[in-house]
Amino acid sequence: MIDLLYFAWVRERIGLDGETLPCPAGVATVADLLDWLSDRSPAHTAALADRSAIRVAVDQVFAGPGTPVTAGCEVAIFPPVTGG
Amino acid sequence: MIVTRVQAASFDAAAEITVLTAGRSNIGAVVSFTGLVRGDDALVSLTLEHYPAMTERALSAIAAEAEARWPLMGGIVIHRVGRLLPGDPIVLVAVASAHRAAAFAATEFLMDWLKTKAPFWKAEAREGGTTWVAARDSDEAAAARWRAAD
Repeated sequence: MIDLLYFAWVRERIGLDGETLPCPAGVATVADLLDWLSDRSPAHTAALADRSAIRVAVDQVFAGPGTPVTAGCEVAIFPPVTGG
Repeated sequence: MIVTRVQAASFDAAAEITVLTAGRSNIGAVVSFTGLVRGDDALVSLTLEHYPAMTERALSAIAAEAEARWPLMGGIVIHRVGRLLPGDPIVLVAVASAHRAAAFAATEFLMDWLKTKAPFWKAEAREGGTTWVAARDSDEAAAARWRAAD
């Protein structure tokens, strides 16, 4: 399983603050996961359409497109941060 | 060490600085920065969302980086979350050192990295509705300056 967490407008556009899904076959990296997630629903497609506005953390650390995604990890998907 | 806190409650910057320097006679400089909610364009409120499991790790990592780069003698980083009103304090960074140069630089560094490497998001509420604040290229550029100095 993979624990997905969504924040800010990614959460609003998908309509969920997170979901736990079986680790999909053929998904090895963050980029693979985003491609696969985009096809889950029209809301997912809309939320993830502009990849330049999407940031990802794997197990609470900022990740890149090539970061490995494995069963049991926590993947958070969100817009660029705006704190401070 | 630099203490980091995330909280909904407000903070008293002067009281935090008093704690930082209490009982110490080797500190020569304390620099602090307080960020406030600006009531631009009829802002009604600002809500800060964060990713709690990551925020703590990110703030600790940012604090550790500042301590590795400058000879600091303590510090405090407080970031508020939840709904804030114009004029409310959002963030406090205060750093103590023997001399001012390290304290100024570390304070600016901590703010630049907080803005770009800690998982907080601001939503602005106005009469017409709520919008998420977009990240600014100028904040990325400010954070990148510190990489160039490596």
